[in-house]
Amino acid sequence: MISFDRVSVTYPGSDRPTLSDVSFEVPEGELCLIVGPTGSGKSTLLRAVNGLVPRFTGGSVAGTVTVGGRDTAGHTPRELADVVGYVGQDPAAGFVTDHVEDELAYAMENLGIAPEVMRRRIEDVLDLLALHDLRDRPLSTLSGGQQQRVAIGAALAAGSRILILDEPTSALDPAAAEDVLAALARLVHDLGVTVLVVEHRLERVAQFADRVIEIPGDGQRVVIGLPSEILPDSATAPPVAVLGRLAGWSPVPLTVRDARRRAESLRERLAGLDAATFAPVRAPHGARTVSVRGLRAAYGPIVALRSIDLDLHAGEVVAVMGRNGSGKSTLLEHIVGLRTPVTGRIEIDGAQPHRFEPRHAIRRVGLVPQDNAVLLYHDTVAAECAAADADADVVPGRTRRILDRIVEGIDPQAHPRDLSEGQRLCLAMAIVLAADPPVLLLDEPTRGLDYGAKRRLIAVLSSLAAEGRTIVLATHDVEVVASVADRCVVLADGDVVADGPAREVVVHSPVFAPQVAKVMAPQDWLTVDEVVAALAVAEAS
Amino acid sequence: MRSTEPRLLHPVAWWVWATCLAACALRTTNPVLNGLIIVVAGFVVAWRRPDAPWSRSFASALRLGALVIAIRVVFQIVFGVRVPGTTLFTIPEVTLPSWAAGVALGGPVTAEALTSALYQGLRLAAVIACFGAATSLCSPYRTLRALPAVLHEAGVAVTVALSFAPQAVISARRVREARRLRGRRDRGVRAWAASAMPVLEGALDRAVALAASMDGRGYGRPGTMTPSRRRTVSVLFLLGVVAVAIGAYGALDAGAPGVLRVPAVVLGLAAVLAGFALSSRTTGRSRHRPDPWRAPEWSTVLTGLVALGASIVTPTAALHPSVSPLEVPMVPMVAVLGLLVAVLPARLTPPPPALVGASSLVVAA
Repeated sequence: MISFDRVSVTYPGSDRPTLSDVSFEVPEGELCLIVGPTGSGKSTLLRAVNGLVPRFTGGSVAGTVTVGGRDTAGHTPRELADVVGYVGQDPAAGFVTDHVEDELAYAMENLGIAPEVMRRRIEDVLDLLALHDLRDRPLSTLSGGQQQRVAIGAALAAGSRILILDEPTSALDPAAAEDVLAALARLVHDLGVTVLVVEHRLERVAQFADRVIEIPGDGQRVVIGLPSEILPDSATAPPVAVLGRLAGWSPVPLTVRDARRRAESLRERLAGLDAATFAPVRAPHGARTVSVRGLRAAYGPIVALRSIDLDLHAGEVVAVMGRNGSGKSTLLEHIVGLRTPVTGRIEIDGAQPHRFEPRHAIRRVGLVPQDNAVLLYHDTVAAECAAADADADVVPGRTRRILDRIVEGIDPQAHPRDLSEGQRLCLAMAIVLAADPPVLLLDEPTRGLDYGAKRRLIAVLSSLAAEGRTIVLATHDVEVVASVADRCVVLADGDVVADGPAREVVVHSPVFAPQVAKVMAPQDWLTVDEVVAALAVAEAS
Repeated sequence: MRSTEPRLLHPVAWWVWATCLAACALRTTNPVLNGLIIVVAGFVVAWRRPDAPWSRSFASALRLGALVIAIRVVFQIVFGVRVPGTTLFTIPEVTLPSWAAGVALGGPVTAEALTSALYQGLRLAAVIACFGAATSLCSPYRTLRALPAVLHEAGVAVTVALSFAPQAVISARRVREARRLRGRRDRGVRAWAASAMPVLEGALDRAVALAASMDGRGYGRPGTMTPSRRRTVSVLFLLGVVAVAIGAYGALDAGAPGVLRVPAVVLGLAAVLAGFALSSRTTGRSRHRPDPWRAPEWSTVLTGLVALGASIVTPTAALHPSVSPLEVPMVPMVAVLGLLVAVLPARLTPPPPALVGASSLVVAA
């Protein structure tokens, strides 16, 4: 269905091709997963399938891309619309109408499909993706997962036999992500749709993949193969595969179910050991840094936070979890003083954060927002760092030193927009840390990060906490929570429904449990590292 | 004729109705009539406004109207033409150099001048209220869909523009918050000026993303129309719209020569209709569940036309009450009755569908 023949893509102003000499074929009815580190050209490859690259990005494409029997050099994206449906990272940015049913019909109207056929296909799609309750809703009232399903439905309704999706679950909570992936799997299994999907969180999607394309980056060859051939040795292996490799299981399992079947002997070897003692050792928590009492927040008639009581302490890493729209970002925005509490009180050092002058606020509490690009204004990394030094009124060069400590080798003359997701997050963190705030908040920091970048982030957050900072991260990423958080707060409908040690909160939740915990249940191991450390002890004794 | 099953009225019906009311407002400076027009528009909006984000624009339209009246009055006081009559108060006069001889600054402010300014401000406010009513009664996207396929070419620009304002508001807020997060001032003129660039950048990015999405979903696929026919259709539309505009101007300005009125409108409409006929069969687009055009649509259009007709048969003297000398404006019964007919759509049209579970919706924050 999709074939790339010696394809290279070079963007204007770049001396190296982003993709070079890529050849592969995806047969009909397969779910093909594209993996690779950030910035390796995954999105570029995806958008080359329906010609959005180069027609909307500039640059040049060498070689031939054939999709559904048509080549993209001779056909514009609009002429390929009946064979390929594209769903971007942020589905809301691609919505053309304001209403679910109109959105589903939009592509069909453009294709001139007869009204009776259109009517029937819309009903089919509504059923297939469980959207029938939403058919009359304005798009702006949908949650992230619902929006993603509408976008997929819109592409599907047009009769596309090929769906290409760019990180369809990166913004979704675990339950919504499973909904979307289950819907995709059903399309592949029942309808024979060919799906090409880019995803960083392999723990979510690896089990559905029929084939994997790995883009290693750094000019190495792109390889295509079965998941069991590629994923175990790849740098982007999901935790369950890493665990399987360590335990010496062959073939290496890719799903929790496969791993659980093999894990019995492993569980026996580790029985009687206390998982908590193998977790990285943290200094005991210090004094209270933030106190939240009776906080309530609402957007019009919609209550975002009901009555939140929360104390945060120095040296603590707190993960705030919960569904999309459960009030995580709202809580962070209140703590950093962007919003004024309607009722309730927040105190940092005995003062209310929304009363702080901006100049002083950054010395008390810092927030790295979800879309961290809004923090960056300048043309070069060097200018950005210099501006941060001036904003924070510290010795010149301090921000750059912090940045070098977090991540090495960012070119000072690079444009912040050209950095990879991971590098940009580090730059934003360095800017916020320039004023040395004792409380650091991060909103969805792992969105778009590959496993390598996540590991670095985890190390950085641990060392920041060891310095006595309070770290709060709002996130959907259960694997990162398992690795770094020592306390977990779960919000639902504006209420705190769980607050306690991360291990207790996360391990037995069907939604928030990380893969290792699912494999090792009922024992409460959270990460591969813990299992490795415990195995070493078990061998020795 | 009263329809009870909830549905949205065809957007063209609301637009015709609102345009008729706006034309009534443009034809008169009588404050009674213009006030009544605002009341009629507000009444219908209150009854038939759907529950959607775009349907809250009527209040903004009223505020804008009030601002227009205020500006008109202030300008009259400061720069206005000096109308002789009862002096209410005098503001210091500024003697301007000879090259600005036509402009007066300050001087006596008369009741006549103020009344005239008020009348004209109210007229503009009424027109704004009419268009505010139309935009809050029908979804902009549905309006776009109702456009004939050939005008769809302009649709991409309009769609991007429609998404621009709400997005710009959101992104302006985020950029200002980001300034605070970096320890910079988030209030004041300089903060606003500094945030203009990132906001525009963000809006541009979004526009490109939206255009890419539309393209990837088959927007603007070449239909079966030949280039020469496409040109013919474009020319017909252009001529038609210009002719209708001239005709409308003639109809609104009582002093225009008669030939500009009815013949120009008829000619223009004919050209536009011919363009539709030529284009409709060859665009290769289809429409999902097109809005039906039934009795409520007809009656809505009819009430608008009745109001406009009543205004046309009303004598000029009643439409333009004299301000010099000041007199109490007449209440032209025919025009008033006509406007009262225009309130009937509030009951004759079907109610808008209620949003399912609207109160429990979670806005993706």
